[in-house]
Amino acid sequence: MYAFEIERPATVAAAAAALGHEGAQALGGGQTLIPSLKQRLASPAVLVSLTGIAEMKGVCMSDDGLLCIGAATPHAVVAAEARARYPALAHLAGHIGDPAVRNRGTIGGSLANNDPAACWPAGVLGSGATVVTNNRRIAADDFFHGMFSTALEDGEIITEVRFPIPQKAAYVKFVQPASRFALTGVFVAKFAGGVRVAVTGASETGVFRWSAAEAALSADFSAHAVEGLAVAADSMIGDLHGTPAYRAHLVKVMTKRAVTAA
Amino acid sequence: MAQVTMTVNGRSVSGEVEGRTLLVDFLRGNLRLTGTHVGCDTSQCGACVVHVDGKAVKACTIFALEAEGAQVGTIEGMANPDGSLGVIQQAFQDYHGLQCGFCTPGMVMSAAALLAENRRPTEAEIRAYLEGNICRCTGYHNIVRAIMAASGQDVPAVAAE
Amino acid sequence: MPKDHGIGASTKRREDVRFLTGRGNYTDDIAVAGQAHAVFVRSQVAHGRIRSVDTRVAAAMPGVLAVFTGEDFKDVGGNPAGWLIKSRDGTPMREPKRPVLAHGKVRHVGDAYAAVVAETLAQARDAAEAIVADIEELPAIVDMRAAVADASNRVHDEIPDNLCYDWGWIEDNRARVDEVIRSAPHVTTLELVNNRLVPNAMEPRASTGEYFPGTGDYKLTTTSQNPHLTRLLVAAFVLGIPENKLTVVAPDVGGGFGSKIYHYGEEALVLAAARKLGRPVRWTAERSESFLTDAHGRDHVTKIEIASTKEGEFLAFRTETLANVGAYLSNFATVTPTFLHGTLMAGNYRVPNVYVNVKTVFTNTAPVDAYRGAGRPEATYSIERCIDKLARELGMDPIAIRRKNFIQPSQFPYTTPVGLVYDTGNYDAVVDRLEEIADLAGFAARRKASEAKGLLRGLGINSYIEACGIAPSHLVGVLGARVGLYDAATVRVNATGNIQVMTGAHSHGQGHETAFAQVVADKLGVPEASVEIVHGDTSKIPFGMGSYGSRSLAVCGSAIVKSVDKIIAKGKKIAAHMLEAAEGDIVFEDGAFAVAGTDRKKTFGEIAFSAYVPHNYPLETLEPGLEETSFYDPANFTYPAGAYACEVEIDPETGKVTVCSFAAADDFGNVINPMIVEGQVHGGLGQGIGQALLENCTYDANGQLMTASYMDYAMPRADDLPFYAVDHSAQTPCTHNPLGVKGCGEAGAIGSPPAVVNAVIDALQSGGYKVAHIDMPVSPARVWAAMQG
Repeated sequence: MYAFEIERPATVAAAAAALGHEGAQALGGGQTLIPSLKQRLASPAVLVSLTGIAEMKGVCMSDDGLLCIGAATPHAVVAAEARARYPALAHLAGHIGDPAVRNRGTIGGSLANNDPAACWPAGVLGSGATVVTNNRRIAADDFFHGMFSTALEDGEIITEVRFPIPQKAAYVKFVQPASRFALTGVFVAKFAGGVRVAVTGASETGVFRWSAAEAALSADFSAHAVEGLAVAADSMIGDLHGTPAYRAHLVKVMTKRAVTAA
Repeated sequence: MAQVTMTVNGRSVSGEVEGRTLLVDFLRGNLRLTGTHVGCDTSQCGACVVHVDGKAVKACTIFALEAEGAQVGTIEGMANPDGSLGVIQQAFQDYHGLQCGFCTPGMVMSAAALLAENRRPTEAEIRAYLEGNICRCTGYHNIVRAIMAASGQDVPAVAAE
Repeated sequence: MPKDHGIGASTKRREDVRFLTGRGNYTDDIAVAGQAHAVFVRSQVAHGRIRSVDTRVAAAMPGVLAVFTGEDFKDVGGNPAGWLIKSRDGTPMREPKRPVLAHGKVRHVGDAYAAVVAETLAQARDAAEAIVADIEELPAIVDMRAAVADASNRVHDEIPDNLCYDWGWIEDNRARVDEVIRSAPHVTTLELVNNRLVPNAMEPRASTGEYFPGTGDYKLTTTSQNPHLTRLLVAAFVLGIPENKLTVVAPDVGGGFGSKIYHYGEEALVLAAARKLGRPVRWTAERSESFLTDAHGRDHVTKIEIASTKEGEFLAFRTETLANVGAYLSNFATVTPTFLHGTLMAGNYRVPNVYVNVKTVFTNTAPVDAYRGAGRPEATYSIERCIDKLARELGMDPIAIRRKNFIQPSQFPYTTPVGLVYDTGNYDAVVDRLEEIADLAGFAARRKASEAKGLLRGLGINSYIEACGIAPSHLVGVLGARVGLYDAATVRVNATGNIQVMTGAHSHGQGHETAFAQVVADKLGVPEASVEIVHGDTSKIPFGMGSYGSRSLAVCGSAIVKSVDKIIAKGKKIAAHMLEAAEGDIVFEDGAFAVAGTDRKKTFGEIAFSAYVPHNYPLETLEPGLEETSFYDPANFTYPAGAYACEVEIDPETGKVTVCSFAAADDFGNVINPMIVEGQVHGGLGQGIGQALLENCTYDANGQLMTASYMDYAMPRADDLPFYAVDHSAQTPCTHNPLGVKGCGEAGAIGSPPAVVNAVIDALQSGGYKVAHIDMPVSPARVWAAMQG
């Protein structure tokens, strides 16, 4: 690692001020950022830790029935505290990384990084959640801009994520055997107004909605409904662990399994 | 350099660290608690697992300054007050749950965190919980048995001597 | 009733206490006062000509004490190959120099061409980044077939076809094997890849060099499986330090699996730097460096043919193999694909005709050398996969075809067509044990249950034989070894009767401190706790060859027994003197020396005390002291054998293979500590199943390592593996060592890969998929692709 200072602000406002300085970078749980710092892939002057900000932590229900997760809440806490209200989301949080990673890694950090194989983007996009920052509210459909790219501006801090709670939902992932990230993960959520299907791990453009499946499942919420569909392989990731064709195939298999599990 | 203070194995400690000083470097370098090991640089092997405020954490993936004021537990604090092996440690010895010993501190710390959350984990729950702890020697068989034994359960017949 | 102490008891390991309490003492745990830190600058390209290395900026950076490049070591020796192999035409292998730091060319990604020593690790890293190298990138040589086909592109300029050797075994068999295969009623052919692996001992390599100017002594503390061998190589061959001026200490070592047998350039660098600076210099690998520079394993491409009768009687085996040796010859790289592979190519079978051809090839990849099993897994995989294919083609049961061809107990000692003499074995008895512990009778019902869940279930069977305790020195010398393969032990009985055993073996997970003490305590009738095993320090132990190839008990343990026997003989002399009896009348039993047929005796403790307080010894005939050293050179290899059964389920929608059960029945001869033996088998199985399903070291066409971290190299985790059923009760003790032991460290890694792949093929065939073979690792993507046809 290159040398840097660490600041630990106690409020969002203080964090935003700290991030306004040249060379400042936000530090969530660090479970992705610290390994990349070790490789000297980044050289921040200051890391602004967001994990000491009380107002960014915790899981609660809003008056309008949304599940609100503070952006600095570790996955393990989400897994425990969201279980009763939104079990599919709790399940997702409870299967990210490993137990020690879940004790540190946060939803905000994961979303800001937008790794194309991360789980949280699927849960957020699949739920049609709202990403709340220190400046604004961003609909999930507007938030993800492709691999490692989001709508966030420099210095903007995710403070909270608000999830509408579907009638039924499930997240099923098929893991890459080495990293245990999603080789393909599918989040399916059935709302009164229709079904959302979000896919992570598979596409070169990052998390995406599979609209054909959404239409089919909105008409008939059963695994059978997606049987005749296929995802085009041409935008899928191809690497050591799976060809584009294999990932395209897994998208369908995982979608069916998620529908069955929901 | 900055000053950091925390409680490690019940003892208040402090030291001078850089921003980039990892907790594991503080433990191994400043405190000379070398039982916590570093086996990888991508936060996956788990040889460095310690407890921070009661939770299992990879000490290679948290800065020392982030543990300011925390209660930190390491393998050196796991024995009984009289120095004898704690229940989990003893089970690892009884069931031959270690060979070269390098992953062992992290395994024991993860096992302790698991049993704190789940007093009677199933075989599948144990294997799932150890996802972030890599052992190259044992094939995991005896580690799983040791944790089952440490939780007071009969080890499965298939795994019996 | 299981024994509770001594030989045959599952004594709990004494070393565990320090490991479980954080008091282990690994190389990186040892802080030496005044230590400086070394960081290596490693090639980013697979193949390139070094035009210049500019170290001026780095040398002037804060904290920097010294900078080294290949130029600094161009006049010292190279790291040598330990075994000279001759090609079929009688010419010696090609043996390029392996320098401490790359000079002239870099030959693989990770090849170190410079090093920085600084006050702190961070300063050394910063300075390493400031070194500017002008390296002309050359086309990378990665694929072995292309390497031997294209003489214009060379890993080493002086080696035109990138070939180390073209080895035939046994060349005299060749014509007959060809003829038998040409005229055989049935021939099965299989082309397969034995996938390249990264050993991944959990402790990364680390070394600290020290120099003591007052005496001119050096000390190297390092992660080694064999400190004397490392001392010999770095002192005599590389740096030219007199051996007597260098102590090598291998303290607690966190796993080796072969990768820590070898001497590496980093060890030479820290010693040379310590000498230059007059300060201790340390280096600890990051895991990413381990991936790039630890000697890798396997990496064979093989075509095997088995000729048989229509009834499944084996007539001939023939293999052609390309073996990747990487960019340089690691110390035992040349023997692994030859004498540790070709000589095992008869398996457990009465096959009259065997011929093996191995071409070993230089490529722009990390060096490849022995990894757990070393040659024997490759042999076993080829034979056992091809037998499985043959059985399927002939419509035979996979166990029946193996039983039909097993060497029979009455045929031992059995001379194979590939040069080995198996001393003993009973392969049917091992399979009998397997059938029981694997509950093979219940497989059909289990398959039905899996099918009811929509899963394909398969059963894979294999048998294996291996050769441990590679020896004897006179034979390996004829075959090209540049080392002897004996071992040594000193047994020192102290005046108060407790015992220190100095062994040439090194324990890095195997539990020698416990098991060796069991042997000595049993033989001398003393408590295990009074026996201390000392290992890993050349200043304390006799010249031994260390631990690898499952040799520790069979070879080093035999040296200990020899010394114990000498202790008893000396004790009898002392007792005869003390009891005023004839030496021939003294018997040693139950820990006491007695005059036969009388109640006159001296305890072991009385004898020990007397040996060091020899007030009235007849010094012309009886020396004081009670300490004996022995060197033991075995008469033959030992031949553990076994039979394994694996059951898998395949999810046909995803191709994911799950190992449902794994049973291993082994014949290790006599067993000292069953708990430790079973643990060794478990670990080997974990690695073997990992090879079969998960692990794959892959370079791209430019020689970039694609699997350079745990993000892409799939290590087996707890939830990838099942509980194992293991059995070692079918024992045929080794006939030529005093303990009757054979070795157990590698068996699991040798026998398991073909069992897993055979099970996968069986499962697919049961589902109607006509898949004859899938290369390892049998990943979900590969299985799914195979199912698509």
